[in-house]
Amino acid sequence: MNGGDILSLITVFVLAAFVGFEVIAKVPSTLHTPLMSGTNAIHGVVLVGAMLVLGTASGATQMTLGFVAVVLATLNVVGGFVVTDRMLEMFKVKRPPKPPADSAGAVASSTEGGAK
Amino acid sequence: MSLGTGIRLADLIAAICFVLALKGLTSPKTARYGNLLGAGGMTLAIAITFATNGLTHFLLIAAAMVIGAVVAVPAARLVKMTAMPQMVAAFNGVGGGAAALIALATFLRAPAGSLAIYQVIEVLLGVIIGSISFSGSCIAFAKLQELMTGRPITYPGQQVWNGIVAVAIFGLGIALCATTANWLVAVVLALALVFGIAFVLPIGGADVPVLISLLNSFTGLAVAASGFVLHSVVLVVAGTLVGASGTLLTHMMSRAMGRSLPNILFSAFGSVITAAGGAEGDTTRSVRSASAEDVAILLSYANKVIVVPGYGLAVAQAQHTIRELADLLEARGIEVIYAIHPVAGRMPGHMNVLLAEANVPYEQLKEMDEANPEFQSADVALVVGANDVVNPAAKNDPSSPIYGMPILAVDEARNIVFMKRSMRPGFAGIDNELLFDPKTTLLFGDAKDSLTKVVAAVKAM
Repeated sequence: MNGGDILSLITVFVLAAFVGFEVIAKVPSTLHTPLMSGTNAIHGVVLVGAMLVLGTASGATQMTLGFVAVVLATLNVVGGFVVTDRMLEMFKVKRPPKPPADSAGAVASSTEGGAK
Repeated sequence: MSLGTGIRLADLIAAICFVLALKGLTSPKTARYGNLLGAGGMTLAIAITFATNGLTHFLLIAAAMVIGAVVAVPAARLVKMTAMPQMVAAFNGVGGGAAALIALATFLRAPAGSLAIYQVIEVLLGVIIGSISFSGSCIAFAKLQELMTGRPITYPGQQVWNGIVAVAIFGLGIALCATTANWLVAVVLALALVFGIAFVLPIGGADVPVLISLLNSFTGLAVAASGFVLHSVVLVVAGTLVGASGTLLTHMMSRAMGRSLPNILFSAFGSVITAAGGAEGDTTRSVRSASAEDVAILLSYANKVIVVPGYGLAVAQAQHTIRELADLLEARGIEVIYAIHPVAGRMPGHMNVLLAEANVPYEQLKEMDEANPEFQSADVALVVGANDVVNPAAKNDPSSPIYGMPILAVDEARNIVFMKRSMRPGFAGIDNELLFDPKTTLLFGDAKDSLTKVVAAVKAM
């Protein structure tokens, strides 16, 4: 890697840091826990790095390190998203049960859309 | 279009998905969609990695991924909602561990002396931050899972020892830049693991959620560092996003507790003595305990009841019972609202998740600032399994470890009913003056049992 590459990575780093700060500026405290869990899942992207290490490994040490890294990173990414989804499942908007059959669903949602 | 360009484009799309996922997670309406978008971007990033030029050992990679997924899915599916914080801690810790291993493997692979100084620094950051996050998360998990005491663990000269370890890591890091000896990096890794443990030990159980949020942003930074090591843009982007947003989230959480982050991280030194002294003096004082029937009468003849749910409610799985009680009271024309402290449960927003699970209407949940003016006109404040968040010591007693934390103004209600398992102090380990207040009634027992009895008594009236 030459000097230009490291500089462009640093550029990406700095810009991503700004985006990270700005994008979550206003979060209701209700969502603090799901947000923490969601960001936890996103850093599971480390799996990509772990795959690169294992996929180019040679020798027992490298293979072991890579293998353990892939297992750990998969735990992070899969567990992270599933836990977050379970938390958020509970935030789904609860509509009062509608007596008419399914055909009323479309009507109901369109009136709700209009009310906003 | 070459394969390399395709991978880069896929990485860009994944990065956009992650930003939009974070954005979505900041509003209740879009949160679930945001999380799914994040998962979609992640799937793309992982799938395209298989196409990387020169990648081999596909079977090994797939096997490792299957092992990880087979463990993670049931763990994440079956964990109880109350145990969510430690689950997040565990998943966070393994991510940090993976980042550390990546940096370590890359370092060991390079021929001795072939790495430029900035590359050694990248490796060091990955190894150090990742290891701290890993061992710190393990201890945080143990504290929340109650595998060890939730109280701060302190010993003489703690800060000095931590300082020595930190200096040693720093010194060895510099030495590593000069010599790039393999054994040195192993020592740095070991010391960083020790530091992670030592740094978390003195943090009290009530503050652990904030700590997990901090460790979460650490892991983000460790991932970004390993992205630098591997020249992977998607790792740098995603890691940095998490590092930055996690830092901000940590700040928001500690503000919700009315404390600064340094105060949470370093205040345990000395505060334990004050708390222990207070607890001893109070054992002889009398409290007023009552039966479920008494509480039912008190509630049934009220005009307005404010429920203050806490972690005890969640542990007893009493969310559904409290809603049943609230429904009964409302049927009698009594106004019922829930006052939610920002850190009720064990994490900001945790209680909302738990009550949503029991189908409590969203509009009945009042955040602290909204709820506090309501207490003056409330006939009964029903505190179920909460303690520290209603402790007036936070307002009145400058020597208390929770002094300055915003609390729910339960003491302004005409009557206060506490449902508690015992006289044991709350999670922060501090006694609560309010329990001895003449207008306070205590109903001892498991929150669910007590509530079920009260429900039966209200029905009987």
